[in-house]
Amino acid sequence: MATLDYFRKERLPHIWCPGCGHGTITGALIRAIERLGLDKNKVVIVSGIGCSSRAVGYLDFDTLHTAHGRAIAYATGIKLSRPDLHVIVMTGDGDCSAIGGNHFIHAARRNIGITTIVMNNEIYGMTSGQYSPMTPKGMLGTTAPYGNVERPFDLCKLAIAAGATYVGRGTSYHVPLTIDLIEKALQNPGFSVVEAISQCPTYLGRKNKIGGPVEMLDWIKDQTVNAKAAAVMPPEKVAGKILIGELHNAQEPEYTAEYGEMARKITRKYDDYIGEVRECASNSD
Amino acid sequence: MAKPTEKIVKLMQGNEACTIGALAAGLDFYAGYPITPSTEIAEMCSEELPRVGGRFIQMEDEIGSVAAIIGASLTGRRAMTATSGPGFSLMQELIGYASLCEIPIVIINVMRVGPSTGMPTSVAQADVMQARWGTHGDHPIIALAPGNVKECFELTLRAFDLSEKYRVPVIVLTDEVIGHMREKVELPEPRSIKPLKRAVPANRANYKPYAADPEGGVPLMAPFGEGWRWHVTGLFHDESGFPTQKPAVADALVRRLQKKVDLNVDDICDYATESLEDCDVAVVTFGSSAMSALSAVRRARKEGIKAGILRLKTLWPFPEKVVEELAGHAKRIIVAEMNLGQIALEVERVAGRAKVERLGKVNSELFYPEEVYKAIVGGADRGNK
Repeated sequence: MATLDYFRKERLPHIWCPGCGHGTITGALIRAIERLGLDKNKVVIVSGIGCSSRAVGYLDFDTLHTAHGRAIAYATGIKLSRPDLHVIVMTGDGDCSAIGGNHFIHAARRNIGITTIVMNNEIYGMTSGQYSPMTPKGMLGTTAPYGNVERPFDLCKLAIAAGATYVGRGTSYHVPLTIDLIEKALQNPGFSVVEAISQCPTYLGRKNKIGGPVEMLDWIKDQTVNAKAAAVMPPEKVAGKILIGELHNAQEPEYTAEYGEMARKITRKYDDYIGEVRECASNSD
Repeated sequence: MAKPTEKIVKLMQGNEACTIGALAAGLDFYAGYPITPSTEIAEMCSEELPRVGGRFIQMEDEIGSVAAIIGASLTGRRAMTATSGPGFSLMQELIGYASLCEIPIVIINVMRVGPSTGMPTSVAQADVMQARWGTHGDHPIIALAPGNVKECFELTLRAFDLSEKYRVPVIVLTDEVIGHMREKVELPEPRSIKPLKRAVPANRANYKPYAADPEGGVPLMAPFGEGWRWHVTGLFHDESGFPTQKPAVADALVRRLQKKVDLNVDDICDYATESLEDCDVAVVTFGSSAMSALSAVRRARKEGIKAGILRLKTLWPFPEKVVEELAGHAKRIIVAEMNLGQIALEVERVAGRAKVERLGKVNSELFYPEEVYKAIVGGADRGNK
């Protein structure tokens, strides 16, 4: 299947601004799905609200564009109902780390089999440039006219601390790396997070005078360093850099499998409440 | 539990009856967050669902609970949550999502006194308007109000059928008294219950998920994960399910959604009456207030006062027709409810303000029959001077 076959071609062109990095990240996800040869009918992609979350409308799967911050909670209901499906969440820095932060850490704690792609452009783009919990300190936003006073989240560290079993960080500059990370994330049975730093030339770039898309990609490149390389670099060279690459990979029991295991031990096929054998009793796990 | 050929005869509380009603309706997914006085429902679901192929999850909050049941419903499961005041407040945004996207879900709200934390173990009936208008925007909603423990079973079962039939979120508004009160209940033998099964669209090709008669038509819903590959969004959408900016499409969507309920009020609305036909004084009430009111009405009758009772089992859509008929012959209409006049507003709208007297109670206690009796004999606050 060609890459474009995973798109709803009739829904294109997309709504993103020229030079936006979200198309690159969406492309990376599709290429990872393509490499793994996933069945289009067995993949559900869920998103929240914001620029990132519009991606799902262009993708040819069962797709669910939900409410602000709640994509992971919707996805939890889907995954627990149908553990056989690949459930992917596409979200943004505001959607995931601000309004959706609690669902994010609890999904990580449960280690539920959901792959979460966080398109981090470090700004609220859809509402035109307010600072997010992932905007670096000192940068300008329309609600940070004197520079952002708040400290940003390191979402990958948060995910690892909360119990996610696969965590990586890519960028819209490091595309082959990002595809690799998403491919591995999709293969992890538990909760996986790939943060993908993405450029927003329209708001973050313009407000902070970083330049256009090309300058922003260089800006992303210059402030990142691969975690493997960083491990052997002198600390002063790593200071202030953003680590990219695979940051955590640990096999632990996945939540819906654990629930299924518990249920198998206590299942009675004959159901007193409906007076018959339930269809779902035999096929769900 | 009983054998399937036997009726279930048991002393049980309302929350238990709600859960058994849901299980009889085929409930196989529950997501919820602990909150008094609804928690028994979650506890029972956590025990029973994994044994019968269902799934239970305790979510991190009530917002996540509604999100999870919407997700589950999209895969074809029968999904429910239960809560009370503060949790119901948190659920409002996603009730709107389910309403717009036409995802069948059932929410049981065991009402307690509020606002805010209020008195968590005490009764009220003050979430009536919130059940109707809690989420933003025009939207259809169905709300049922059981008046005793047996009706907790019956109306929860019915809630699932209505939710599937009209693809509208259905709220079961019980209250702390009904939820915790124990009564001896005789339930029908399980095999006699035939819950409505969700119809699945015939073709996967060219599936138009929201194609329906603009006059209140209900489109067929495909399950996720089975090859339809459709799109669901909380943005206004056209027949294809994808976002639209066209005013005419937006207009048609909002009107069709509302008509699903408005054109079917006779099917949805249910109520019970006693001595209503020839009454001079009618008490309109619902839920646990109706138990006190019924006692008062019977006492008044014995004493020669022509009193009657109309107990609403459906609150939304509001059963206008029966109230209109009542207003045609009753001289006085007393609305007895544990709030400051929420159903009274609706009764006044239909019956006219002159006849309607508000008997509201908000002190966290159930009505004493005496209080309703006194209102029948001596009049209640008109409340709308």
